Amino acid sequence: MATRSISSATMAGPTRLRVGRALSYLLLALGAFVMLFPLFWMVSTSLKLLPDTRAYPPVWWPTPAHWENYPESLAFQPFGRYFVNSLSIALAVVAGELLSCSFVAYGFARLRFPGRDVLFVLLVSTMMVPFIVRLVPLFLLFQRLGWVNTYYPLIVPSFFGTPFFIFLMRQFFLTIPGDLAEAARIDGAGEIRIWWNIFLPLSGPALAVVAIFAFQQAWNDFLAPLIFINDTDKFTAALGLAHMMGQSGASTEYWNLLMAAATMMVMPMVALFVGAQRYFVRGVALSGIKG
Amino acid sequence: MTTRSVAERAGTTRPGPALGRPAAAARGPGPGGRRLSLVAREAIWGYVFISPWIVGFLAFSLFPILAVLYLGFTEYSIFEPPKWVGPRNYIKIFGDDRLFYTTLYNTIYYVLLAVPGQMLLGFGVALLLNQNVRWLVFWRSAFYLPVVVPYIVSSLLFVWLLEPQVGVLKYALNAVGLPSPQWLQSELWAKPAIVLLSLWHMGSYMLIFLAGLQGIPDHLYEAADLDGANSIYKLRHITIPMLTPTILFNLVIGIINSFQVFTFAYVMTKGGPLNSTLFYVYYIYRRAFEFFEMGYAAALATILFVVVLVVTLAIFTWSKHWVYYEGGDAGRTL
Repeated sequence: MATRSISSATMAGPTRLRVGRALSYLLLALGAFVMLFPLFWMVSTSLKLLPDTRAYPPVWWPTPAHWENYPESLAFQPFGRYFVNSLSIALAVVAGELLSCSFVAYGFARLRFPGRDVLFVLLVSTMMVPFIVRLVPLFLLFQRLGWVNTYYPLIVPSFFGTPFFIFLMRQFFLTIPGDLAEAARIDGAGEIRIWWNIFLPLSGPALAVVAIFAFQQAWNDFLAPLIFINDTDKFTAALGLAHMMGQSGASTEYWNLLMAAATMMVMPMVALFVGAQRYFVRGVALSGIKG
Repeated sequence: MTTRSVAERAGTTRPGPALGRPAAAARGPGPGGRRLSLVAREAIWGYVFISPWIVGFLAFSLFPILAVLYLGFTEYSIFEPPKWVGPRNYIKIFGDDRLFYTTLYNTIYYVLLAVPGQMLLGFGVALLLNQNVRWLVFWRSAFYLPVVVPYIVSSLLFVWLLEPQVGVLKYALNAVGLPSPQWLQSELWAKPAIVLLSLWHMGSYMLIFLAGLQGIPDHLYEAADLDGANSIYKLRHITIPMLTPTILFNLVIGIINSFQVFTFAYVMTKGGPLNSTLFYVYYIYRRAFEFFEMGYAAALATILFVVVLVVTLAIFTWSKHWVYYEGGDAGRTL
């Protein structure tokens, strides 16, 4: 059994401690290998020629690496366009969530009004309603509005706030000391100015968490685009990948091109994760601690 | 605007006869009404600020939920207006829809394997990472990275890894002398294969557990050390009790999410072979968007809503017996 902390280490004998430590690192290394191997395999496959993809035993890394698979995969399907579509949607969603969630959260965190706590409980409980439950009526609603096969169903709801992000922003706003706002009020600032000029500039980390999660959700989303988008030239990257998988017949051919497209789709998320890791960690931790 | 928001202070700094008459606030101008309008004004601003969510809630949550309840009692093909048919959809679902029971079974199978699996793995890795290991950032990233991978990509990737003739997992299993099943082409193994993929995405459970572990005060462990407690004792009597709120959170989120499993099956198996991976949400999708039976799909969706609601409430009720909330007597756990 691995020991937990330095203090408990003093109880275990030094040998047992060393064995425990070694075992921990062994398990971690093994686990990390299992977690990372599929991604390695994705990249490796994306650089192979077709015969190599079907070699058995497998070719671990192709020499030479066929980087031309990437432009070829972009030509196989208009992935360039799909990426632009996905990116436009995701950026619009991020803008919508940042504005609306911080706005709504300010009301819940810093202003008093009758029914506030009941409404907040309502907000939290809507997080537990499965999307599919709302999907059929939403589809009918958007169809009536003429929004099917446009990006409105994917973007517009974000301008009304997503409960989870409102919740995160509210938790953050609660930690901002009240005297700043109070001083501004005495100086004659209205609530909108206090929100915009005082709270938003102080909320960089929380806004970053919301932006990152909103981007990830929009970029990775599959079910909503599948329902609402029909035209191939309006596809998101996720739809394009599914389409390519379906098009390449028994899904046994062109694994190299498919994996090249998949790699291109993952890359922005991996880059975002590596660059902004602390916000991911903070966001996930924030969401959990308050459970 | 020259108002202040704190209601009590408005009262104490400017006492006056109007204080006792809240109704004056609504009446608007006038000396008394003006003073009380501090409270009213704050309230009005409060509603202004939450109004985007209120509108969104009415349009995108409340209306759809009420509509789905109604549509469940109709026959509705999109092309014609909905026709009220009473409980016919429900009678059909419970009476002679074999796929309803199959998909419910598939989904419960998935939930019962994926949720405990993700939680145990997440907890195990979090425990390993919480003992002052070196290269923490690297390990944590490695275990979390799959979470940022879109489901569409991980689904494709696992189809490829699990490929039954030349797949790399087959090679690995054979290399250690194990046979490799047909995975996604086998009625028996397709569901476990999808569970396997869900385990690959367990990183957020791990991060939440890790945050929970880091929140446990050190003095609890120090006290146990003085009593000569061993690691297993500390795990059972300090770590797990202190972590019960986190466990509850992960459990509820995990169950709600897992009941909605869709993309994996849609991409990997199209629900096959022989409907063995046709999950409940996928079945609703088929009825609604492939067969355009909106009324029937709405009835199915209503049942899912009720199931998730009941399960969630049951877990919350049950949790009162085992969740330990901080703020009580922390020493008691020792």
